[in-house]
Amino acid sequence: MSIVECKDITIEYDGRIAVDGASFSIDQGDYLCIVGENGSGKSTLVKGLMGLIKPNSGGITIDKELTQGRIGYLPQQTESQKDFPASVYEVVLSGCIKSKGFRPFYNAEEKQRAKDNLKRFQIYDLRHKSYRELSGGQQQRVLLARALCATDALLVLDEPVTGLDPMVTAELYDTIQELNTRDHVTIIMVSHDVRMAIKSANKIMQMGQKVLFFGNTKEYINTPYAKALLGGEQG
Amino acid sequence: MIQIIREMLSYPFILRAVIVGVLVSLCAALLGVSLVLKRFSMIGDGLSHVSFGALAIAMAMNIAPLKLSIPVVIVAAFFLLRLSNNSKIKGDALIALISSSALAIGVIVISRTTGMNADVDSYMFGSILAMSDEDVKLSVLLSITVLILFVVFYHQLFNVTFDESFSKAAGINVSVYNMLIAVLTAITIVLGMRMMGAMLISSLIIFPALSSMRIFKSFRFVVISSAIISVLCFMLGMVLSYQYSIPVGASVVVVNLSVLIVCSIIGKH
Repeated sequence: MSIVECKDITIEYDGRIAVDGASFSIDQGDYLCIVGENGSGKSTLVKGLMGLIKPNSGGITIDKELTQGRIGYLPQQTESQKDFPASVYEVVLSGCIKSKGFRPFYNAEEKQRAKDNLKRFQIYDLRHKSYRELSGGQQQRVLLARALCATDALLVLDEPVTGLDPMVTAELYDTIQELNTRDHVTIIMVSHDVRMAIKSANKIMQMGQKVLFFGNTKEYINTPYAKALLGGEQG
Repeated sequence: MIQIIREMLSYPFILRAVIVGVLVSLCAALLGVSLVLKRFSMIGDGLSHVSFGALAIAMAMNIAPLKLSIPVVIVAAFFLLRLSNNSKIKGDALIALISSSALAIGVIVISRTTGMNADVDSYMFGSILAMSDEDVKLSVLLSITVLILFVVFYHQLFNVTFDESFSKAAGINVSVYNMLIAVLTAITIVLGMRMMGAMLISSLIIFPALSSMRIFKSFRFVVISSAIISVLCFMLGMVLSYQYSIPVGASVVVVNLSVLIVCSIIGKH
């Protein structure tokens, strides 16, 4: 069953066309990696999906169950987050903001959801620590936990491993993979790392303003993009 | 000390100044945490200069100062926020541009009407004599509104401050809350400006938040301690101002600076 459908969307960003006529659909349970060079429109496409940027033309249909609020988003980190005084618990709990609505406080169920997600990512012991004191890998776990407070259906990650060392990167990929296979969370991830994408995703999208390739990972391996990036190994 | 405070409060004009000052310090500190973290510290500074311009024009046209300057500053806050997000001129340059222009217009209006006199001085550096009974009523009303809105929307404000993209994706109307912050800041600045002065009011917003951030690790404690630090610094500044006959704005800033230094040293250890 397809939960996200994009028809011929074009998005301008900073005065130039960043995404040019992209059409694709994502099914429940998919693990989609969006790969491409810097400036190929990967992040812009995702922002369009999340409703952060309005497409100039084309249509995005997102399953009613998922529209706004049931999508967990893990954006690229901002400058101001680096010295932000917030406890880990506060950050994770803030993922429940949508279900809280106009009630001024979080209720017991939301607090429990935050605690469950803290435990799920092994950061429960860090809950009173300040977000700014954590390592990069721990910070990403906190943001993952927050995203899963907002949803357990669709998780969208924008270059989650930027700046992490290889060990931590591998661990984070494992965690995300597990969410997909064990908890059946649909994953859309923007990534630089084509090797990892091939290893873990079941669908791959190659961006270069236009959608250059979109399909199963097995087919992707035989495209010129994959061959160029992977060198001779796979071919 | 208690003797001095009792003596001070026996003057009705000081009592009025204390009431307004405490409420404004409280609001400024709460909003300040968000503004500092969102990298909008300079907006306070820009708005106080716009407020100065509006005040000068209100004087010249014989309108009640708050009635003109509150809407003008709210509009300015709205534009600063909007423009600093979208425009080609970067936020900080834009704020510098708007604040010096507003200041210039204010000075021209004053020099063409009442002439550069003690009034200008009190606008720039503040005066505790500025508060009338009506000002006190309005200040109490507005500050309570600011406090209530802040408490009710505390979690939304946290989300919008920490991560705008995530909040938007979660279906929060980020621009509404940014506007809310801007409007509340505008009101707070206008209320506090005549006592603290256009040059010094933005310190009420910035100092307590920075001091608290040195020491506390969670958002909630930073907010609470900013409020406490802000009110205490104001009171102490007021006492010093009375004791040594110095302008209240300047003495509050110096007290805040000392607290920031102490907090930085404690934070290092």
